Parts: sequence; structure tokens; C-alpha cells
Amino acid sequence: MKPAPFDYVRPRDLQEALALLADENANAKVFAGGQSLGPMLNLRLARPSKLVDIRHIPDLRVVRADSRSWWIGATFTHAEIEDGVADDFSCGLLPFVARGIAYRAVRNRGTVGGSLAHADPAADWLSTMAAVGATIVLRGQAGERRVPAQQFLLGAFTSEVGSAEILTAIELPRLSAMARWGYYKVCRKTGEFAKAIGVTIQDPQIGLFRILAGSTEGRPLMLARSAEILANRGPDRAAREVRDEIDAALSHVEPGRRQQLVVAVRRSLQKISLLEAA
Amino acid sequence: MRDVAFLRSPVAHATIRERKKPAGLEDSVFFNEDMTGVLPITTRSSIPGYKVSDYPAIAADRVRFVGEIVAMCVAANRARAEDICDIVEVQYQELDPIVNCAAGRAPGVAPLHEGWADNLFLRTSFDQNMDEVIAKATVAVELELSTSRQVMHPMEGKGVLAWWDYRAGQLVVHSSTQVPHMIRIGLAECLGIPQAIIRVAAPDVGGGFGYKCMLTPEEVAVAWLAYTKQSAFRWIEDRREHLTAGANARQHEYKLKAYADERGKLLGLEADVAVDCGAYSVWPFSACLEAAQAGGNLPGPYDLQAYRCRTVSVATNKPPFAPYRGVARPGVCFAIELTIDAIAKAVGREAWEVRLENLVVASAMPYTNVTKKFYDSGDYPASLLEVKRMIDFDRIRREPRRDARGRYLGVGFATYTEQSAHGTKVFAQWGLPLVPGFDQAHVKLTPDGALEVKAGIHTIGQGLETTLAQIAHEQTRIPLKDIRVTLGDTANTPFSTGAYASRGMVMSGGAVSVAAEIVAGRIKAIAAHLLQARRDAIRFRDGRIFAGEASVSYEDVGRAWYMRPDQLPDEVDRGGLEATGAYKPQIDTGVFSYASHAAYVAVDSETGLVEILDYVICEDCGTLVNPMIVDGQTIGGAAQGVGTALFEESPYDENGQPLASTLIDYLLPGPTELPRFRITHMETPSPYSVHGIKGVGEGGAIAPSAALVNAINDALTPLNATIRQIPASPERILAAIAAARSALDNAA
Ligand SMILES: Cc1cc2nc3c(=O)[nH]c(=O)nc-3n(C[C@H](O)[C@H](O)[C@H](O)COP(=O)(O)OP(=O)(O)OC[C@H]3O[C@@H](n4cnc5c(N)ncnc54)[C@H](O)[C@@H]3O)c2cc1C
Repeated sequence: MKPAPFDYVRPRDLQEALALLADENANAKVFAGGQSLGPMLNLRLARPSKLVDIRHIPDLRVVRADSRSWWIGATFTHAEIEDGVADDFSCGLLPFVARGIAYRAVRNRGTVGGSLAHADPAADWLSTMAAVGATIVLRGQAGERRVPAQQFLLGAFTSEVGSAEILTAIELPRLSAMARWGYYKVCRKTGEFAKAIGVTIQDPQIGLFRILAGSTEGRPLMLARSAEILANRGPDRAAREVRDEIDAALSHVEPGRRQQLVVAVRRSLQKISLLEAA
Repeated sequence: MRDVAFLRSPVAHATIRERKKPAGLEDSVFFNEDMTGVLPITTRSSIPGYKVSDYPAIAADRVRFVGEIVAMCVAANRARAEDICDIVEVQYQELDPIVNCAAGRAPGVAPLHEGWADNLFLRTSFDQNMDEVIAKATVAVELELSTSRQVMHPMEGKGVLAWWDYRAGQLVVHSSTQVPHMIRIGLAECLGIPQAIIRVAAPDVGGGFGYKCMLTPEEVAVAWLAYTKQSAFRWIEDRREHLTAGANARQHEYKLKAYADERGKLLGLEADVAVDCGAYSVWPFSACLEAAQAGGNLPGPYDLQAYRCRTVSVATNKPPFAPYRGVARPGVCFAIELTIDAIAKAVGREAWEVRLENLVVASAMPYTNVTKKFYDSGDYPASLLEVKRMIDFDRIRREPRRDARGRYLGVGFATYTEQSAHGTKVFAQWGLPLVPGFDQAHVKLTPDGALEVKAGIHTIGQGLETTLAQIAHEQTRIPLKDIRVTLGDTANTPFSTGAYASRGMVMSGGAVSVAAEIVAGRIKAIAAHLLQARRDAIRFRDGRIFAGEASVSYEDVGRAWYMRPDQLPDEVDRGGLEATGAYKPQIDTGVFSYASHAAYVAVDSETGLVEILDYVICEDCGTLVNPMIVDGQTIGGAAQGVGTALFEESPYDENGQPLASTLIDYLLPGPTELPRFRITHMETPSPYSVHGIKGVGEGGAIAPSAALVNAINDALTPLNATIRQIPASPERILAAIAAARSALDNAA
């Protein structure tokens, strides 16, 4: 379990990194935290000739906000988000999600951008970003593209990120003080990927009502009908709609898996309901 | 030194049509035909009907499991060696794989090995008094159970480093092994060279669990390389190799029918046991030890008079089966303990009551059971009642069956015996090629009054350096800090078959005791002369040697013998201050430790997840030489048992491909999944072993799957669901609940 030979470069800025990736003969690949790519190199499932380490590019380590949106740079680690090193405008949702990813050792290196680019349907950030209605920002030599998070995944382990592109930032709506969220992850043991993810977010002030079932075999599933009921009649009524909506959308999926998704979503709604009761 | 990487078969079953070494690298790649004169690993057995398999270190013209070695590649480092593996060309002609017991025992299946009449390593049967019982029993329960294939996953993997010692004219093999002396024998046989020119040294071994008690192809291949090239080579197992080529343990299938009276008293048991043995027989424990242990131990700690058991050891296209901590008993404990709970349900009593009804009682000790196991001592019912008290069973039964989060609560019990330190006759009966006899140890007082203890057993993390020193201290009273224990090197320790079968403390401890007692006697003789006292007036006290109020130090004695013999009279004992002692217990049938476990769990019926709320153990391993080490062994074993019960599984697909080749797919319990095990000890010294010691190395691993699944099933009682297969994964629990619901719907 040792990688095939490769070169390693550490560009100082985005332009240099993009130029390295654009060289078609180089067979170069972005390297961020290495927490997914490292094992793939060791298992020789990935055999790039060159690794482009983007962790030292200042542009990718910026958080900024205006009154409606905020941006977080791609190379913030899960641990930095967990610890509040990166400013948070999600009312605690992102730090909470970060804390549930893997173990601290993995969180110390793994990055939010790397997690998204790796495009594992079970990844926590993928579901989180889709649920809040974030936008993923991609840069190539030709310029910038913006992709809604819920359309970012093309399939398991394939995403919108082209081989010569870098995921630079994520743009999120800024949640108000009235926002409530519930995030529920079904997993067999601490530090494991989710078997099922349920996310509910409601922020009446900005008109945001969203419910998502994640860790499916592909794109996370937005539950629009349930979300509408959430907006009009509250979390308990929405919870009753969840099973039908998931069963209809994922009828091809094995019942046991569907059951876990239903439970995860219901429990995320339950959390809202408890918060409202409190 | 150069590193070795093995190219391993990507297919489960195939003939090798062609293998090609990459141009220019002919000297760095080795195939089977390069190892001229090397014999395959072949485990013979004296059991009638047992079939022999030849297991070559590097596959000859056929591969029989994913992970079998096809070529050995050598380079300056491991990464380069793996680069070479990448470009060795191998053409496989695939054959139909046998991927489970059912396929392997189907009539007409082509046997895995040439010259076999059917595809079973062995078939055994046992029958006593069953016909009478079947006629008169009022209650009968039937169960089909299975346990999944596992890897043993020691924290530190396997590793071998071999080199040629020019000065000594010796092949030196450093191997991460539990059994260095046995490995020397095995290597000599395979390589066809005298044992005297092989030295096997086992360094500190970071966990063995049985994975390191057999001769491995890697050991043979790397040793051959060092011997023929007269140079140094190393191979270190990686996790993927372990998870695939090392998936070699625990997979059993049971069909059981138990007969009882209306109180739940067990009258007879019928069992069909199949072991998914993989492709080859391991040396020296063979492919049949597992089934022999399963058939022999299934009656458990119970007073059972009638028993019929058939076992089959089925050859399959998977890695060769090896004895993992507990050897078959985690499986049989799971089987018999679920049976007891099923009987309890059938007769409408609490499971602990039915257990109590059936356990062998203290007044019946020593007790010879239906399979002729000799239970030497103990009070099994007392251990059960103790865990019932510890887990606070009565409170659990008074409280609601669901917690505030809606989870279902349940409590489960399991009691087992652990045959430990079984000896010559038992192993001979199993037909093994290498039968343990007396274990040996060497003890020596140094000129400055310290004690050196050398034993052929090895330490694999079970603390033998401490406990063997304690035994030597017991005899000589030399302070522990002055006792040094050396283990595991054939060059400087006397022979022992090694560390397995919970035998270390009984066997090697016994040998150290014998040797230390001899040396203690000679110390006394010399001290008597120095103190001008009679020998029987000599006492060891406070780290010195006394006659009345006069005393000398151990150093005085050492110095007199080694450096100032002119001070000693001619008639002093000429044996010197060192001795080799040999020991085996008075009986070969082993001394039986035992324990009861109880688990309290919460089952989330919506997710299928289980939380262990409490876990208690009451164990009796005879004299507690070192309570902290006994606790450590118990906790470590129980943690592995939790893995077996809830997490660990190496599934194979229909092509014989292992589906858990990384730790993402092979789940091990971590600190957050393990309960705080609460342990109490009982101490019933064995009348048959020195110091009354019984073995304790394996026990912790035996009962958790039984106790936990019984607890899960107790929790699921209101839903009418039962788990019959481990690990009790969320999928299996949800499927059991769904099945119970649809059975209910159909009935309605
Ligand atoms: C033991 C373990 C447990 C884990 N558990 C979880 C879990 O519970 N939940 C979870 O969500 N994740 C989990 N992970 C995954 C973890 O979050 C990884 O850190 C993450 O998936 C990858 O991030 P990285 O920065 O390490 O990326 P890398 O491993 O460096 O890269 C991953 C892939 O993305 C590409 N890439 C990286 N950054 C960019 C970028 N900015 N632009 C374009 N391409 C890029 C790389 O080329 C590569 O293909 C776990 C990982 C481990 C090892």
C-alpha cells in the first residue's frame, strides 16, 4: 500500500495552480487535506503524475460576508470550522456538522472544499451545502463558474469540478437570528460516513424552508413537498409527509435504506420541533 | 536490506496460464518454480478421513483465494517493490469459485484439491443417548444460526525480516510470531534444511490472537530468499493484505434442535455445524481444529446427557481458516446461549432461570461432560447470579421496556467455560502434527544476585514479562526489579510450542516455577554454608537470605558460586545456580476457567442501531496471579467480542471477491462504541495445576456475541423479532423487525 511515484508542487497563488492543472501532459491533481486522496494514492486507485498542493494559497483561506450572503474559502479544515477559527454565519450549523465528521485527526487536515470535490454522496458537507442552498464557486483559467450545491454532484464520486478547475469557495445564505436547523446523521460508529443524513433548515425571516435526505447513492434528495408543509404548518405535520415523499422519489432503493433516510429526516424535523417548544 | 512486496491473486479461483517477469527485472521477481526444492506447507493429521492440502508459499499453477501469493517482488524499498508487482504479467483461466458452505458441500461439486473424493477437509460425528431423549422430551426448539467471517486484526500486522548471519552460519528469521520454536520446525521442513542452521527470533509482538501462531507463506518465502541470496529481506503486512488475505476466522453455520422438559431442563441437543474453512489447512493447527473445538464445546457449561453432533469442515475459495482467540467457542457460545434463551421463551421462564436450571453445579465438580471434557473446579451458577445482581436485573424488569427516546431495552446473559492449557493427549486426539508436551523454562542467578528467566513461550501483549517474574519471585523471593524475563528467541530460550490456547501462565508459569524452585534450593544450600547454618533453617525474607538473625544477600551467594568458589566446600551442590525446569499439569484435559457475562442494551428500532448501556462480567480463572493483567485480558477480549457481535464482517460476493478490503468497510469497535466493562472475580484454584492457575487469555472474547444478541432479542420481544446472525448490524436488525411485522400482517 505505497503510492506509485509522483511529483509534488506547492503553488503560491491560484494562477500558478491553475496553470499547472491546465497542462494536459502533466496528469496533475489537486491535493488539499489528503484525507481522501491519500488513501486512494496508497491503494493506487489514483495515479496522478503530479500533486498540486493548494493549502498554501491565500485566496482559498478567506471568509467574508455581506448582509445577505457569506463566502468560505475551500481550504478551511473541518477542525477550523468546528473551532470557529473560520467565522460562522450559519447560526452554528457548520461547526455542528464539522464536529460530526470523522475523528479529530482527520478533521485537522480534511478541508471543506476537498470534501465537496471528492463527491462522496455520504459526505456531510455535500448534504449540508445543498440543504442551505449554497452555491459552489469553481475557477478555471477561463474564469469563474457558479453551481448550485444541489446540482453539484453528477453521480457518486463525480462532480462539476473539471480536471483543470479548482473549487475556490462556497457561497452561503446568511442565516438570521430566527433560524432553526436540525441535522441528523445515522452512522454505525463515531467517525464513520453517514448511512443516512437528514437536514432541516427554516429561517422565516429570509423565507428559507428546506428539507433534505442525504447519503443516497447520488445527489442528495430535496424534499420540496415536505418543506412546503414545514413552511405552512410546522415541523410535526411535515414529518408525516416525509415517508411518502422519499418512497416516491427513491422507489428503486431498497426499503431498509429508505427507512434510514426517513428516520434521519424525521429526526432533523423533531429537533426543530423541540427547539420551538423550548 | 531489501523490501519484499507480494503480488496477490485478484481472482478467487483460477489456473495460472502464464506468468511473465518484466524485462530487466528477472532477478527481482520470484515465482513458484524459482523455489526449487521448497516444499509446500502441508499439515498432516492422524484423524481418519482428514484430507491433506498442499499450500505452496507462492502459488504453483492454481490459485484458490483472492490474496493468494502469485509472485514475490524485491526492491530497495516497498514502494518500488509494489511498482514491480504492477508490471508482472499473469494470465488467469478462471474457475468457478466455491463461496460458501452450501456450495462447498453440494453433491457433485468439484473438490478444491486434486485427489479429493469430496470437498470436505473432514466430517465428524458424535452421538450419545439421543434417541431415548427425542422420544420423551416435551419441548423442542429449532434454530438456524450463523457467524460471519472475520479478520483478527492485531494492532500490529504480521512482519518478517530474514538475513544470513555469516559468522554463525545461520539463517536468522525475525518474525512477528506467537510460536518461534514451532516456526523453526516448520521452516526447516519446508526449506529442507537442518533446524540447527535456523534461528527464529520474535521481537515484541503487538497482538497475535492466533493470527501469528501458524507458519505463513510469507515466512517461508522471505526465509527462502534470505537463505538462497545470503542477504537480508523484509516484508511487512499492510492493512489491505490483512483485510483480504487475512480474512480467516469465525465463520460457522449451525442447525440446532434442543430438547427440554417443561421447566426448560435441557435433555438433549442435536447439532449440525459447518465451518467455512477456506482453501488450505494451516500448519500446525490444521483446517479441522475449529470443527473439533466446535463439536466438543457446544454443550457449554451445562449438564447435558444426550448429544448428537455432526460437523463438516468445508473447503472454500477463501483464505485458510485459523484459530482466533477463543477458537470456535465464540461461535458455539453464541449457538448454545441463543438456544437456552429460545428454550426459556418456549417454556415461559426467564432466560437466567433456565440457565440456572441447567448449569453444572459446584457440588458436581469435578464433572465429566457428555463430550468427555473434564470440568475441574468452579461454581458456574454463582457467576451467573453475580452478573444478574451486578446488572441489576430486577430493576431492569421493573422499569418500562422503552426509554425516553423510544428505544427498546433488553438484557441478555451468557455463561461459558474456557478450556485452557489443554495438553498432550487433547492435541494428539485432534490429530495435529505438532503436539505440546512439557513446557520448559530456564532460571539463573547472576553473579550479582539478580535472576534471569528464559522461556520459549512468547509474549504477545499479555504481560508475561510481569507474571512470569512474579512466579519466579514467589519461589526465590528475589525482588521483582531484579528479575529479568527473556522470551521468544530460539537461540537463547528452551523449547516451548509457544503462546496459544490460554496456556502461557499455566504451562510456562509452571515451568518457571519448577526451575525457580530448583535454583531456590541451591541458593539455600550455598547460603547455608555462608551462614554456617543448617539448610532447613534458611529463610528468604525482605530481599535477603536469613538463618535466624544472620543474613547474606543474593549477591553474596552469586559471588561465592561464580567468583569465589574457593570459599565453598567440595560437597556443595554442583548443579550450579541455574536450572531448566519442565512442566505440564497433572491432567492433559486442561483446566477450565469460566465466566458469566450480562449485557444491557438499547435498540433503536428505526435505525437498527444498538447502544450498550451496561456490560458486566464475573470471571473465575483460578488463582489471580496479577489482577490487573487478568482485567486487561478480559477487557481486551470482550472488546473483540463486541466487534464480533455488532461490527466485524468480511463478506464475499458470488465471485469470491472480499467486499471489506479497507477499514471503511470493515468496522472495528472504537473507544466510543465500547462500554465500560465492569468486572468481578471469583477465585477457585484448580486442584490440578501448580499454584491453582487457570488460563485467561481467550475468555473475554467468547461470550459477548451471545450476551449482546440475547439482550437485543430480549429488547425486540415486544416486536416479536429475533436476530440469528452476527454481527447484529443495523440492516439485520431492521430486516428482522420487518420480517416479524410482515409475519404478523400475514397472520392477521
Ligand atoms: C477515517 C475517515 C473518516 C471520514 N469520515 C467522514 C465523515 O464522517 N463525513 C465526511 O463527510 N467525510 C469523512 N471523511 C472524508 C474527509 O472529510 C476528507 O477530508 C474529505 O472527504 C476530503 O477532503 P481533503 O481536503 O482531505 O481532500 P483531498 O483528499 O486532498 O482531495 C480529495 C479529492 O478532491 C480533490 N480536491 C480537493 N480539494 C479540491 C479543490 N479545492 N478543488 C478541486 N479539487 C479538489 C482532490 O483532487 C481529490 O480528488 C473521512 C475520512 C477519513 C480518512
